[in-house]
Amino acid sequence: MTTVADRYAPPDSPASVGWTEARTVRLASAESPLRLESGGSIGPVDVEYETYGELSARRDNAVLVAHALSGDAHAAGWDRNADATGRLWRARRPGWWDEMIGPGKPIDTRRFFVVCANVLGSCYGTTGPASLDPASGRPYGLRFPMITVGDWVQLQARLVDRLGIGRLHAVVGGSLGGQQALEWALAFPERVARCVVLAAAPRLSSQGVAFNAVGRYAIMNDPHFAGGDYYGAAPPRTGLAAARMLAHITYLSEEGMSSKFGRRLRKEGSAPDFGFGAEFEVESYLNHQGRGFVERFDANSYLYITRAMDYYDAAVRWGDGDLSRGCARIRSSVLVASFSSDWLYTPGHCKDFALAMCRAGRTVTYVEAPSRYGHDAFLVEKDRVGDLLRHFLAGPLGEVRP
Amino acid sequence: MNARRARRRTAAGPAVGRRWQDELIEREIPPGASVLDLGCGDGQLLERLAAGRKARGQGVEFDTDAVVRCMARGVPVLHADLDQGLQGFPDGSFDYVILEETLQTLHRPMAVLREMLRVGRRGIVSFPNFGHRRVRTDLVERGRMPVTGALPYRWHDTPNIHLFTLDDFLDWTRDHGVGIVRGYTQSEGAVRDLAEGDNLLAEEVLLVTEALPEEGKSPADADVADREGR
Repeated sequence: MTTVADRYAPPDSPASVGWTEARTVRLASAESPLRLESGGSIGPVDVEYETYGELSARRDNAVLVAHALSGDAHAAGWDRNADATGRLWRARRPGWWDEMIGPGKPIDTRRFFVVCANVLGSCYGTTGPASLDPASGRPYGLRFPMITVGDWVQLQARLVDRLGIGRLHAVVGGSLGGQQALEWALAFPERVARCVVLAAAPRLSSQGVAFNAVGRYAIMNDPHFAGGDYYGAAPPRTGLAAARMLAHITYLSEEGMSSKFGRRLRKEGSAPDFGFGAEFEVESYLNHQGRGFVERFDANSYLYITRAMDYYDAAVRWGDGDLSRGCARIRSSVLVASFSSDWLYTPGHCKDFALAMCRAGRTVTYVEAPSRYGHDAFLVEKDRVGDLLRHFLAGPLGEVRP
Repeated sequence: MNARRARRRTAAGPAVGRRWQDELIEREIPPGASVLDLGCGDGQLLERLAAGRKARGQGVEFDTDAVVRCMARGVPVLHADLDQGLQGFPDGSFDYVILEETLQTLHRPMAVLREMLRVGRRGIVSFPNFGHRRVRTDLVERGRMPVTGALPYRWHDTPNIHLFTLDDFLDWTRDHGVGIVRGYTQSEGAVRDLAEGDNLLAEEVLLVTEALPEEGKSPADADVADREGR
């Protein structure tokens, strides 16, 4: 029988980073705001982040981990303040990448100083739409400025500055986090020794943009949405749950869904109800995902972050549409990994980045890992991803010709 | 494409990290050259070229485990099927393209050879010679598929799907405007320069090739003309 303790390293386990405490740092103020890609600016900006391991005396062992759409700074270990902050789910499980980060784990905290920060616009301690707008004293709501992957990386760079780190040993991310890792290598070529992009492409496909659009439609047409000013009242739960359920479908593969749920009914063996309740296992699973998500995520943050995902296009941003022109800037050793059944960031789209590196005369490591877990594979395929990370982070730097 | 690894596993005698071709290749590659190794296996050759010759090396390998071993050596490797082509690589983007013990494992060897000389200024090709006398003896006198030092597999477990002789390959070079810059052969462990009669005597062959300049005609054009002429 599997218990929670078997599945996760408990805080006192030698393989866990143990109890963690998030910190918050002000990285932009009203007087010196953060300039944004969309043209506006924002200040003050507070960033919540966590660190694990020790920064070396030479400050050369820092690994920045970038989280995906619904992630947070709590990447590993057990949150000491889960109760105090009302993030109760954190009492039941460790950080979102606990399998990868810890003593002796692929991102080995005995060797590396790991930093993970919550992105701008999110709802886990970093300034976002639910934060108070200093202009009005009320939550920003949709008055929060549009933010981009580029803005996130600029802000992360300020955090890295603040921590006294010049050059990162690596930037690592999956999905939207992978796009941040790519943006780091493009925006700060001299500051990134290794760049790891998992299950992420230089841009989202139009199919992906379409799925995000439907998710936002569900949120913005929820009767409780109130133009984004639902704080202090009932939030648009139904819309956010629908958005999450839809997104979850894109995170699994057809094959993975079939093998996990098939067409099984919840009441197996008995006759169907011939009604509209959650009859099928897969429906029940999606309902559960939707319900759980609305307890922990802010609908406005979902709007902003999916929009940042839509807008990101590394080729347009750094190469006037030609990604290889952008890639010529990169000085990092690069690892790109895709997963065979991922149809959100397909292997072909992930490989586009690797091939652009080749066209730019750069070397690159690209892996297409076999998996039936779809886009989720970057979180689920622990052994394969762990193997890749361990080897790439420990390996010597490939030759980079200027 | 994992023939190289598999071979090292199954070949008789102690496993050797270094094959006879490696030393020749290391001598051939000038310092600082860029090298694309097609079917690079676990990346040992590229690792040595990077260390010894300060080469900018890029591997291509289809076997996932071999790819991970490349990473452990810090050898950049593209996990890809060579038979799918090298579209990502621009013309002349590498000084050398290496096809070591790989050509005979490919579904589309001709296409890969053309790509090799498009992407690389020079191509280094090594292969087992199916014209070697022991191969002929096995086939003609014993009536069995040959199993030799250079061809250690049985008919049913071999990765080699397009076997050919040295003369077959030389025919291809003549037909496609490809020059042989240098050639070496291996037989019973002895390495020599390529010579007359090697179609019978050589167990394995290593050739340094390059596309010959033709007035106003690239080798790719010549190939098209050749096919249209038939």
